[in-house]
Amino acid sequence: MLRLEPRPEPSRQMMFASPLMAAVLMLVSGYVIFSIMGQPPLYAFYIFFIDPLTSLYGIGEWLLKATPLILCGIGLAIGFRARVWNIGADGQLTIGAIAGGGVALYFQGVNAFWLLPLVLLAGVAGGMAWAAVPAFLRTRFNTSEILVSLMLVYVSYLLLRYLVNGPWRDPFGFNFPQSAMFHEAAMLPLLFDGLRTNAAFILALLLVVLAWFFCQKMTAGFRMQVSGEAPAAAAYAGFSDKRNVWLALLISGGSAGLAGVAEVAGPLGQLQPAVSSGYGFAAIIVAFVGRLHPLGVLLASLLMSLLYLGGEAAQLELGLPSAITGLFQGLLLFYLLAADLFIHFRLKKVQPPAAEAPATSSTTSPSEAV
Amino acid sequence: MSTELMIAILASTAAAATPLVYAALGELVTERAGVLNLGLEGMMLVGAIVGFAGAVTTGNLMLGFIAGITGGMAMALIFAVLTISLQTNQVATGLALTLFGLGLSAFIGRAYIGVSLDGLKPLAIPLVSDIPLLGPLLATFDLLIYGSFVLLAAVYWFLTRTRPGLMLRAVGEAPAAAHAIGRSVLGVRYLAVLFGGAMSGLGGAYLALAITPMWVEGMTAGRGWIALALVVFATWKPMRVLLGAYLFGGVTILQFHSQALGIKVPAEFLSMLPYLATIICWC
Repeated sequence: MLRLEPRPEPSRQMMFASPLMAAVLMLVSGYVIFSIMGQPPLYAFYIFFIDPLTSLYGIGEWLLKATPLILCGIGLAIGFRARVWNIGADGQLTIGAIAGGGVALYFQGVNAFWLLPLVLLAGVAGGMAWAAVPAFLRTRFNTSEILVSLMLVYVSYLLLRYLVNGPWRDPFGFNFPQSAMFHEAAMLPLLFDGLRTNAAFILALLLVVLAWFFCQKMTAGFRMQVSGEAPAAAAYAGFSDKRNVWLALLISGGSAGLAGVAEVAGPLGQLQPAVSSGYGFAAIIVAFVGRLHPLGVLLASLLMSLLYLGGEAAQLELGLPSAITGLFQGLLLFYLLAADLFIHFRLKKVQPPAAEAPATSSTTSPSEAV
Repeated sequence: MSTELMIAILASTAAAATPLVYAALGELVTERAGVLNLGLEGMMLVGAIVGFAGAVTTGNLMLGFIAGITGGMAMALIFAVLTISLQTNQVATGLALTLFGLGLSAFIGRAYIGVSLDGLKPLAIPLVSDIPLLGPLLATFDLLIYGSFVLLAAVYWFLTRTRPGLMLRAVGEAPAAAHAIGRSVLGVRYLAVLFGGAMSGLGGAYLALAITPMWVEGMTAGRGWIALALVVFATWKPMRVLLGAYLFGGVTILQFHSQALGIKVPAEFLSMLPYLATIICWC
């Protein structure tokens, strides 16, 4: 008989093996799903995961779609380390797009070098301001940041829809609900001719390095991690809980805001009724799959971005619904959570016990493993 | 305000509140057993599409509702296995359930976009419309609105007046004690989570089969989260859930009657109200 028993200490190997196990299990499920849908699974896999990367243009799209995931995922990972559950990144992203887009529209026609930095900064500030609401309510009234940040997502969508339908609608846009196209000076420069990848990808890579430095080398990052993993120790050491909540939300909000403004000042070039393809939510999965580590987030973003591309390719080539992307994303997170069990537990062969050991599981709070 | 308008507003308030009542009462039972399931939104969405698909395929609305319940329970089972048996983090698993539900429902729903069916009709109870004052309003209620009142009474009675209800509360509040007197804590929690899933599924199915009635991707639009907030707003008391749900229902339908009521605010801002109200309630 097999039984789960707690490991004396968490397994480091499993820490890294579990995302791989999750990815493999996701592929196995994909095999089953493709078979059920009457597709030859191996060909479907080829279309989904390999075909998008066979052209230079495809690789450009891959990096382009990975960019908002990296930006949002890094910020969320830093917050999740401190157990601050900001799940409203999609709202902060939307507000970042609105704020940056607003600046770009305001200075429409101004051709100056300072315009793009200003647009980007406005995006970051917008995201931060939106994340400051849950931070304030959490530190002042002990309100759950999960709920507040998520409710604000819907508010941000509605605000954007109002703006592009009303005051910011392009007067020469044939009544389409979208803003005017931004001037070139407000747009992120492209990295390569013929590809849509833009400078935001470089910013995202810089953020990965910065985040690594923050988490590993700076006291503030250390404080946040201690507060997340051992709240009692953090309290004993006198680390301020409020400071952590504020930092976590401002960092994740700011980077999500940057992701938003990078979408409108990048591939979109204008404000549209929806600027995010659920990047803020997918970034939650990215953060977990990336083990809340900056480098892990980078790799997980590339995987997740491939899922987006694969979903589009599968729709075009195989006529499969593109919603299959969301299905794969959800499965990936489930498998990861289940595989994480083996970080803290291991399977052991035991003789059927004479007396039932007390079920520790019934009394403990949910495992600390995420 | 004319009587007809008043009745129209109250009737649509009841319809808007009903999915919230179901989902929130289910979650209330789950939380009373000591489990926090943040996946309501995902369970509602799956309940909505499975219910809709069931009704379209069989041509029978009641079978559709049963399918919706089953869909919600299947989602809840995933959550239960992960959090109760495999001890995963409840917050992360609940979020995963919501994201998975979004993807799964959109995936199943592709075949049902643009399909329409006859929604749930008001229940024709003889003589009910003759009741003074309330009659015309009650005549607009369908089976599931009445059902939500029955569910409320049943949950209240179960939690406060029955031994299994007491057991469930004990499992939530003092699991060690419940275990010590020989009760299966895990078993009770499994059942509570499954009940929560069933009610979320039913609430979702009500959206797709009675209110809209059709399938739209992501059609719950945060109602799962609002239901979650309602449970806290109601301080885990069934009666207050009903009160809260009707308050939210009223705020939600305000946008549809704003013109008749002479409110000159863009529709988008009125649509923000339920979300903002949720935040304010939660504080």
